Amino acid sequence: MTAPTLVDFDDVVERFDPMLGLEVHVELNTNTKMFCGCPTEFGAEPNTQVCPICLGLPGALPVVNRTAVESAIRIGLALNCDIAPWGRFARKNYFYPDMPKNFQTSQYDEPIAVNGYLDVELDDGSTFRVEIERAHMEEDTGKSLHVGGATGRIHGAEYSLLDYNRAGVPLIEIVTKMIPGTRERAPEVARAYVTALRDLIKALGVSDVRMDQGSMRCDVNLSLSPRDSGVLGTRSETKNVNSLRSVERAVRYEMSRHAGVLDAGEKVVQETRHFQEDTASTRSGRIKETSEDYRYFPEPDLVPIAPPREWVEELRGTLPELPWERRRRISAEWGLTDEELRDLVNAGALDLIEATVAEGAPAGEARSWWVAYLTQQANTREVPLDELPITPAAVARVIELVASGELNNKLARQVVDGVLDGEGTPDEVVAARGLAVVSDDGALIAAVDEALAAQPDVAQKIRDGKVAAAGAIVGAVMKATKGQADAKRVRELIIERCG
Amino acid sequence: MSSRDQISRDEVAHLAKLSRLAVTDAELDLFAGQLDVILGAVARVGEVAADDIPPTSHAVPLQNVFRPDELRPGLSQEQALSGAPASEDGRFRVPQILGEEQ
Repeated sequence: MTAPTLVDFDDVVERFDPMLGLEVHVELNTNTKMFCGCPTEFGAEPNTQVCPICLGLPGALPVVNRTAVESAIRIGLALNCDIAPWGRFARKNYFYPDMPKNFQTSQYDEPIAVNGYLDVELDDGSTFRVEIERAHMEEDTGKSLHVGGATGRIHGAEYSLLDYNRAGVPLIEIVTKMIPGTRERAPEVARAYVTALRDLIKALGVSDVRMDQGSMRCDVNLSLSPRDSGVLGTRSETKNVNSLRSVERAVRYEMSRHAGVLDAGEKVVQETRHFQEDTASTRSGRIKETSEDYRYFPEPDLVPIAPPREWVEELRGTLPELPWERRRRISAEWGLTDEELRDLVNAGALDLIEATVAEGAPAGEARSWWVAYLTQQANTREVPLDELPITPAAVARVIELVASGELNNKLARQVVDGVLDGEGTPDEVVAARGLAVVSDDGALIAAVDEALAAQPDVAQKIRDGKVAAAGAIVGAVMKATKGQADAKRVRELIIERCG
Repeated sequence: MSSRDQISRDEVAHLAKLSRLAVTDAELDLFAGQLDVILGAVARVGEVAADDIPPTSHAVPLQNVFRPDELRPGLSQEQALSGAPASEDGRFRVPQILGEEQ
């Protein structure tokens, strides 16, 4: 395979208009699968979360998971969609062993939610409206492992191994309408949309939306047309785009690749491509089947879904404060600038700070702990901030201990280290490590007197009114008390003893 | 469907390609003819259905049949794989997947 000719991005947007389309699959966090009572947990031993229904054994009959339908409706409502008053599932037939039934149960021409939009925020603070075509329910496929090839890819593999634990896990596929007019911002719009969608679904609490674990996956559809021609180009569909950064890079790469094909006077092939994380490029997959090839037909084993109006309205009432509304409220409450807010959001700290504030901590302190010390610790441990083994409640407790004078900042960091190392709650760490501030004035006065006696020249300076010299004595006392003294109190005592 | 659709030889060839089946020219002729007869038989249902009979995808006029989101016991790995022609490492083993990547 020869390497494709890539056109410089600036040159692409000079001469072509990109047309973007995004399909996002979200795995719901229901307890059970879409059509059977098997568990959906990630990471179990292969083929231990299966039953006759999700294995497609003869005679097995599916029944729809009510919670999954509710989640689908809530997603639709949050995306400002109309909820279909009546709709059916359909069989999507294809020849690939990732579904043991030989078809995937999906929705075709009767999706549960249609015609919505999502307003997404771009880096410059402006809002871009992405129109939503549909959100429909379907089931996830099994996982294949290709054996015998050098690369773990299908190509060259001698055979494949199938694990159907994931087969049948409820999925919602959210499809945008074609997104015109993005021009040079196409990569940014794509990333911003997926980010906003992820935040929205997280707020709804219906999915873990972990791109790294595959509970949220994005396919990028892209075509180019000559600038201002209005002629639609042929699109490619890029799969395997598994991070927000990759969404942006996949769009950028495909724009450059399409332009190269078009410049050479060739036709863009309508195909599925696979994003390569390491090289930020895409590789040709199969020539895409047309929708006709899937021979969709209504699923005869399931009855139609006709959500009554009252049910839909009841679900509308359960929609939480939406992420962008919440951000607006928080930035007003905490007095943040747009930029400060965006930094917190990007750092993944906003939820954690808010939860810490909800546990009684002042916003400023909560912010400072999460964006400074804890962010450092997360970087050191190479985990996302929200996976650090410390709860907002524990952070709030540490802040409270500092405020009450039981800990100073240095000790507080040691307490946090203890919690991160699995030594227990902040109070348990304080007790176990003996970290409380020495607040007994008697013990402190003894230490102060000793330090003053050891450095008589400094003591004299302080007595002469050079209060700044007290720093050296404070340092000596802190050292003598192994950092467990309240520095402010020590300073007061030094002045007192020299008075 | 009042007039019956003919299934062409090309359509059979296309289906064979999608399903990675090697079909000979003689078989193409044979299957196209057979499938045509089957489709013709099914199409006769359309001749019987008058305007007062709405199309349906289900024999029973039910809707909104749901199941609570509660776990139900399934199969063990051993049971799941017991009917598989081949398995390995707790997984179903299938022959080489053809024609997926160029």
